[in-house]
Amino acid sequence: MYRYDEFDETLVRERAAQFRGQVTRRLSGELKEDHFKPLRLMNGVYLQLHAYMLRVAIPYGQLDSRKMRQLAMIADRWDKGYGHFTTRQNIQYNWVALADMPDVLDALADVQMHAIQTSGNCIRNVTSDHLAGAAADEIEDPRPWCEIIRQWSTFHPEFSYLPRKFKIAVTAAEPDRAAVKVHDIGLILKRNAAGEAGFEVLVGGGQGRTPHVAVTVRDWISKAQLLDYLEAVMRVYNRYGRRDNKFKARIKILVNELGPAEFARQVEDEFAAQTDAEKVVLPQSEIDRIAAYFAPPPFERLAAESEAFSARLAADEAFARWARTNLRAHKQPGYTAVHISLKDASIAPGDVTSEQMRAVADLAERYSFDDLRVAHEQDLVLPHVKLDDVLAVYDALKAAKLANANAGLITDLIACPGLDYCNLANARSISVANAIQTAFSGPGLEDEIGPLHLNISGCINACGHHHVGHIGVLGVDKKGEEFYQITFGGRADEKAAIGEIAGPGLRHEEVAPALRRVVDRYLALRSAPSEKFIDALTRLGSDPFKEALYASA
Amino acid sequence: MPLLKNGRLAEDAWAFAPDDADLAVGGCITVSLSRFLAETDALTARNEGIGVRLAPADDPSLLSDHLDRLQLIEVEFPKYVDGRGYSIAQLLRRRLGYSGELRAVGQVLRDQLAYMTRCGFDALMFETSDAEAGYAAALAEFSEAYQATADGRATVFEKRARASRTAEDQS
Repeated sequence: MYRYDEFDETLVRERAAQFRGQVTRRLSGELKEDHFKPLRLMNGVYLQLHAYMLRVAIPYGQLDSRKMRQLAMIADRWDKGYGHFTTRQNIQYNWVALADMPDVLDALADVQMHAIQTSGNCIRNVTSDHLAGAAADEIEDPRPWCEIIRQWSTFHPEFSYLPRKFKIAVTAAEPDRAAVKVHDIGLILKRNAAGEAGFEVLVGGGQGRTPHVAVTVRDWISKAQLLDYLEAVMRVYNRYGRRDNKFKARIKILVNELGPAEFARQVEDEFAAQTDAEKVVLPQSEIDRIAAYFAPPPFERLAAESEAFSARLAADEAFARWARTNLRAHKQPGYTAVHISLKDASIAPGDVTSEQMRAVADLAERYSFDDLRVAHEQDLVLPHVKLDDVLAVYDALKAAKLANANAGLITDLIACPGLDYCNLANARSISVANAIQTAFSGPGLEDEIGPLHLNISGCINACGHHHVGHIGVLGVDKKGEEFYQITFGGRADEKAAIGEIAGPGLRHEEVAPALRRVVDRYLALRSAPSEKFIDALTRLGSDPFKEALYASA
Repeated sequence: MPLLKNGRLAEDAWAFAPDDADLAVGGCITVSLSRFLAETDALTARNEGIGVRLAPADDPSLLSDHLDRLQLIEVEFPKYVDGRGYSIAQLLRRRLGYSGELRAVGQVLRDQLAYMTRCGFDALMFETSDAEAGYAAALAEFSEAYQATADGRATVFEKRARASRTAEDQS
């Protein structure tokens, strides 16, 4: 993984010192809360319902054991012994005191981490495919470009007071595991007709109260011109994005008010107007230097099959089930990527204790070339595990209560913290999530249902990605009571789509039974067990599922 | 309100003339972009210092034929969270080649001074008790930058490439 040099190190240390000064000025009253707010947000510090929250950046979701152990230490020392992994591959702490924040930033800087631009109206932490560097289907590793974008966007003086937040995601595979089409900018690494790798640039995706799927603004831009093109998009947005209404300030609104063609024209004009002196200087030696940190680890030459693994599959049904759902194809024969689901009906989705963090850190160090990822589904991934070692990894995960055999299934749902923590929320998310998990958990039913993405948000801001769940659940407040609207047909992959609201909201206790009826209807109607829920929905339309949703028992 | 030029307190010889103000009044003045474009000849005939005050939505490229006549361009920050002025400054300095005084006016606060300076502002109307010290402290917070901006500072990307070339030369 990337290692800071003296320049990166200096900047992150200086940022921690700067924030220490700002907190001191805030606590002394010299800095008013109004003026402090954007500054603390750009350091990931939110004021939540009960306390300050700190969101720590995990650039493109990559960690190593040292970083993970430090995250565990921070959870123990300054929080309540746990953390929450987010849909943007970050980690949040819910109980850090404001006065302690500078010390936490120093502790993060000790392991080359930070909380820079994890919130605020600036370019946020860049996200990517959690299988980058491991997946067989990517054209090349996207992480060097994620790191280059991280550096270019860090403390960008022109683009730090944008109309609204700005999120960039990068993928290099046709199956989109990074939800790039629901980001302000989605970048898809792909080859042009001449075989050269470059980027398709999509702009204007996003969720929230006005969800949009991003549109392609440039079918292909060379790597050498990527940052210049991003500068052009950012400048058009910074100058012309709406600032009169917070709810219409995202770039998706600009793209749609101008129309995609006119927006693209403005970006192309700005790009064409750049003088040579304005172009970003990114020397090839610098690209090579950064790329070298992402060179493949020293894989062993192995047979594609492992005897020990196959024997355990045959002998241990629980292991076999977990292996079926939680292992992902690897480009290197004899290796696999292990998806660690953080979803269990007894915990808040995405939450991990410090003890579990250390257990996973140990596994990464011992079995995965010290490489560890956060997936946007609020899960963790060990990207490079030998099939021979999967047995030991499974046993250790089981001991750490992390062997949930549900990756990609209905109970591996995405949910925001909701009304239990968040001061924007209208309704609880965690309790609904746990009720749904309880209703569907158990090997028989879940496996029978197969892949199904269920996403839950506690308010229209859509942090729980309900718009792009195959089934979405949105918490709303009606006269002081929590209700939940159900959406069908959303998806966050390469066929990204926004789900459609099925009808009136349901009471909290009605949600799980109603979804059970929907899923039973799917099981009855699917053409074959191989037809996934989302495919059956596409084929049949949503009517039969709506009917099941509201067919009271 | 204190005026800082390149970080030092300076006398302010300029006044903003609202669109309905009489131009017969003496002294150096700035006017709105629309007034400047409508009355360019009259304004330059005054033989006094002339400048323009740009609002956030103004297009600085409309000044491209007049830049050598302008001694001052002010850019308004009605609210400090309105970041359009940063793009205006970068365009003026880097694309249009404006080299006169570029002044940030409006809600100019300590924690935005460094980015303003990096985008090309060499003058700021900065309301605080010890403006020079506040400015110096704000600019000292970061010693490196990844982006090439109007301040012309070498970027981290360039410094690394230079260091690797030097290392190669020596080996």
